[in-house]
Amino acid sequence: MLKKQFHSGLKAGTSIAIGYFPVALTFGLLAKTTGLSLMEATAMSLFVYAGAAQYISLSMIKFGVDPVLIVMNTFIVNIRHFLMTASLNEKMHRAPKWVKAVYSFGITDESFSVIATQKEEKVSTAFAFGVSIIAYGSWVIFTAVGHVIGANLPAFLQAAMSIALYAMFVGLLVPSMKGNRKVVMLAGIAAAIHCFFYFTGLLSTGWAILVSTLASAVLVEMFYARRGQAVAGMYPEKGDE
Amino acid sequence: MGSWYWWMLLGMALVTYIPRMVPLTFLDGKKLPPIVSGVLSNIPYAVLGALIFPAILFVQEGNILFGVIGAATAFLIAILGGGVMPVVLGTIGVLAIYSLFL
Repeated sequence: MLKKQFHSGLKAGTSIAIGYFPVALTFGLLAKTTGLSLMEATAMSLFVYAGAAQYISLSMIKFGVDPVLIVMNTFIVNIRHFLMTASLNEKMHRAPKWVKAVYSFGITDESFSVIATQKEEKVSTAFAFGVSIIAYGSWVIFTAVGHVIGANLPAFLQAAMSIALYAMFVGLLVPSMKGNRKVVMLAGIAAAIHCFFYFTGLLSTGWAILVSTLASAVLVEMFYARRGQAVAGMYPEKGDE
Repeated sequence: MGSWYWWMLLGMALVTYIPRMVPLTFLDGKKLPPIVSGVLSNIPYAVLGALIFPAILFVQEGNILFGVIGAATAFLIAILGGGVMPVVLGTIGVLAIYSLFL
């Protein structure tokens, strides 16, 4: 049972591993051109494991920015994970604190999306480990590979594969949207708010994702709560639906 | 890089790990008010909306058509009932052909 859950986690995480492949490869290559050794570059993917923050840190290192500022920026970029893991907690089976402390290391935007959109009401720890390990493995290994070979994929493939993670998000979202207006509203409103922040340049990406996600989740919840009350008010005999 | 690099890495690792670990570990088994848990259960779908748009349109700098074709392909395969893997591979395939020949 445990093994089966772990295997289906590995399987569900494969699309993340494919999506990380070109991103990690490019990171390894950029790290090399920034002057990081193979060990330094791989260690960052191994210990930090945060795509966007790692990319930003490279350009900050290149411009000689104070390392303290690089750490602070990393925190700001990753603050959104507070929201995701708080949400994920509702979805996960209970487990000893240390076990959750271990697999929480593997929670990224991508693994969160895969785990949190599973159809089952609760997800097992073994499944979360499966998803996380294959994604993490891909990220670390292809960082090293990118540094060693010091070259990118053929241009046409690099370009095409840059869509992989977004295609995965679409593949996760659409089945849940079918016949579920709440999901359509949640995704649509968050997308609209994020577009607003993007085009006005009001917030940096990490904050923009955090704010648009939270705003959409709260607005839609309020909308449904009010509608529930209105319905209950009109048809008191129907109870508190 | 000097030893500062490794200190920076330690700092980056900690500030990345804390937002991942704290909620999952310390909220375990806690019963949250219904409105809070309602909002939290909405997060995955809202996050997906925010992660997809507008970024999917700008995967290739200066060529929005590339992103539009990718997005349209992904949504089409997904709506037709393809699973996650067919959506990913199908979209990569269509864009590979597009960038090879056009």
